[in-house]
Amino acid sequence: MKVATGGHKKIKDLHPHEAIAPGTGLCAGCGGLEGLRLGLKELGDDFLICNAAGCFTLLSVYPFTPLKGSWLYTTMGGPVPAAQGVRDALDIRMRYRGLEEKENLQVIVVAGDGSSNDIGFGASSAAIHRGLDFIYFCYDNEAYGNTGFQLSAASPFGSATQTTPSTYVHEAGTEINKKDLFEIWKAQKPAYLATVSPREPIDLSNKFARARALKGPRMFICMSPCPTGWGFEPKEAQLIAKLAVDTGIFPVKEYFEGEVTHTVRPRKRLPVEKFLERQKRFQHLFEPHRQEDVIRQIQKRVDEYWRNYE
Amino acid sequence: MKTQKKIMLTGNKAAAWGARMAGVEYVPAFPITPQTEIVETLAKWFADGTLQGKFTNMDSEHSMFMAAGSAGATGVRVFTASSSQGILHGMESLYTITGWRTPMVIVNVSRALATPITLEPDHNDVMSTRDCGLIQLHAETCQEVFDFILMGYRISEDPEVCLPVLVNLDGFYLSFTREPVLIPDEKDVRNFLPLYTATQPVFQASRPMARASAVFGGATYTSFKLQQELAARHAEKSFNQVAQDFKKYFGRFYGPLETFHLDDAEYVFVMSNSFATKGKSAVIKLRQQGIKAGLLKLRLFRPFPSEAIASALGGCAKVAVIDQNLAPGMGGITYPEIVTSLYSRKDRPEKILSVIGGLGGKDIEDQDFMAIIDHLDKPDRGTPLYLYDEGDVKGFNRLQQIAKFNEALK
Repeated sequence: MKVATGGHKKIKDLHPHEAIAPGTGLCAGCGGLEGLRLGLKELGDDFLICNAAGCFTLLSVYPFTPLKGSWLYTTMGGPVPAAQGVRDALDIRMRYRGLEEKENLQVIVVAGDGSSNDIGFGASSAAIHRGLDFIYFCYDNEAYGNTGFQLSAASPFGSATQTTPSTYVHEAGTEINKKDLFEIWKAQKPAYLATVSPREPIDLSNKFARARALKGPRMFICMSPCPTGWGFEPKEAQLIAKLAVDTGIFPVKEYFEGEVTHTVRPRKRLPVEKFLERQKRFQHLFEPHRQEDVIRQIQKRVDEYWRNYE
Repeated sequence: MKTQKKIMLTGNKAAAWGARMAGVEYVPAFPITPQTEIVETLAKWFADGTLQGKFTNMDSEHSMFMAAGSAGATGVRVFTASSSQGILHGMESLYTITGWRTPMVIVNVSRALATPITLEPDHNDVMSTRDCGLIQLHAETCQEVFDFILMGYRISEDPEVCLPVLVNLDGFYLSFTREPVLIPDEKDVRNFLPLYTATQPVFQASRPMARASAVFGGATYTSFKLQQELAARHAEKSFNQVAQDFKKYFGRFYGPLETFHLDDAEYVFVMSNSFATKGKSAVIKLRQQGIKAGLLKLRLFRPFPSEAIASALGGCAKVAVIDQNLAPGMGGITYPEIVTSLYSRKDRPEKILSVIGGLGGKDIEDQDFMAIIDHLDKPDRGTPLYLYDEGDVKGFNRLQQIAKFNEALK
């Protein structure tokens, strides 16, 4: 089956329509919010977001909402089953109780990497298993950002978090590798699965347009540079996002009907330290002395990944 | 009176029939002993078209209650059931969905909590949900289970309430005991409980809304919690109105409490759920021996009908509150609630004894009720009476002897 491409080629092709009004309580320079803003442009206003506890909880603070569509705050591990209940209820009402199709909603889960990789992981796996018709948007800032940046299963090797600080005993900070959520979700063969970057808006928009035309579990992992947690100026968010792609640290890809396609390829991959050196969470790799071994391991892991695709 | 057919049903089947006759449209489910028979029965009815709607096999009780709540917020009539560890696993969701103010009926089949793990009943599971904002109805018989589910939807969907109703029944003693149950005609049930139309705004495209948004500041939080408090308190009035209506349609009347030989009683047992039947049997036997015993059964447990309890127990000389639960370091969980209800009454009982019994399915037998009477006549020792005697100690030691426990420790 061929899916809709979205057909966006240039920035000016993107919808002028906004489903999120500006001025939310989220941090300046939040990469995840930019990703969600671009994604919602493609989905229309008839949506309901089931939100997991996390940074994005601050999108709607009583009695305000920046959204054109609906919002339901759930729990940290419960946004996906909440989406199940809404989806089931709408289906029941449309099938048996005369609810018109125009009242239907696109059910979206918005969850951080902590919810997605850790506390809500089992419930998401179960929903893919059930074939739940929904869109999952994971804003991945690679730690528990809302509580002040503690280790999550998405925190990368060599990064410092509040609960994996770099010390004389544990110089690297985080000594374990990021969980590969893309591969784990792929193993369950969802209808659609993609990574997106706010620095690649055309790619992102086309992927949401594709997802909109499909049914079933449609999963997104959005690289979400986090000024407060990663330690950079908000104005550099786009640059950090670009370097994540250009160094090959964050592969921009999609999975559809058994095929993985890299939709944005770095022409010539930059050394990983170009990405690392601009962030406070990796500063211990460069000061007071350079941790060559850790930087080399990060580079090696990236090289090994791309060896399969270049 | 309308025609009602009488069939033999277990407590679990009565619960499933209650959901069926209520016209539930959505059942998110997860199995747990001794509740499983309820969702198995409903699964079959959805699968063969007896019920219209959807049955969804969920991945945990935490997920199940989330799905139940969000479906309620999207405008369908929801039913689900759980027990014991499942209630604990779903606890975060229970607090969440009561705050969402979505109507539904939840059945809890009481089973004691680990550790140690066991299948048999006591009330620590349902007591753990005491403070989360659920309306609670506790059933003694299979008929009460069925009737309380129908009544429960009326109370839950009352626009002044909008809270989930939990109907409790004891595992094993009631869940697997067959009793005759009167089932009314579906068309008569529809007059009492029409098919569901939400009275509050529900999710659909023409009505975008934000629900359960975060709040900043204690005063805003307090506003929401006090609304929940007012709604829960209103549920007592709602219960009484619905009970009158239920009597009109089906001939059975349920007050928030049931009194049994209470008028001239000198000794009163306060009980709930299926063991109240054992209490009633003991009352009859005690009266045959010339002992003026009586019983007060709690039906509506949340909201707590303090006034009605005070009126029922005011003037009674000696009262024993039998808790089939244990808050270690405190004792029985309902005991302080009963005492509080009576505190300001001039005619409060001269003695109110806390009794702990029936833990993990341990039977409460006639001699236990006799021991309670003896205890009520003795000076107060300030601690609860634990229904655990030398025979029980011997039995426990015997178990250890069989396993050569002491030898193994050497």
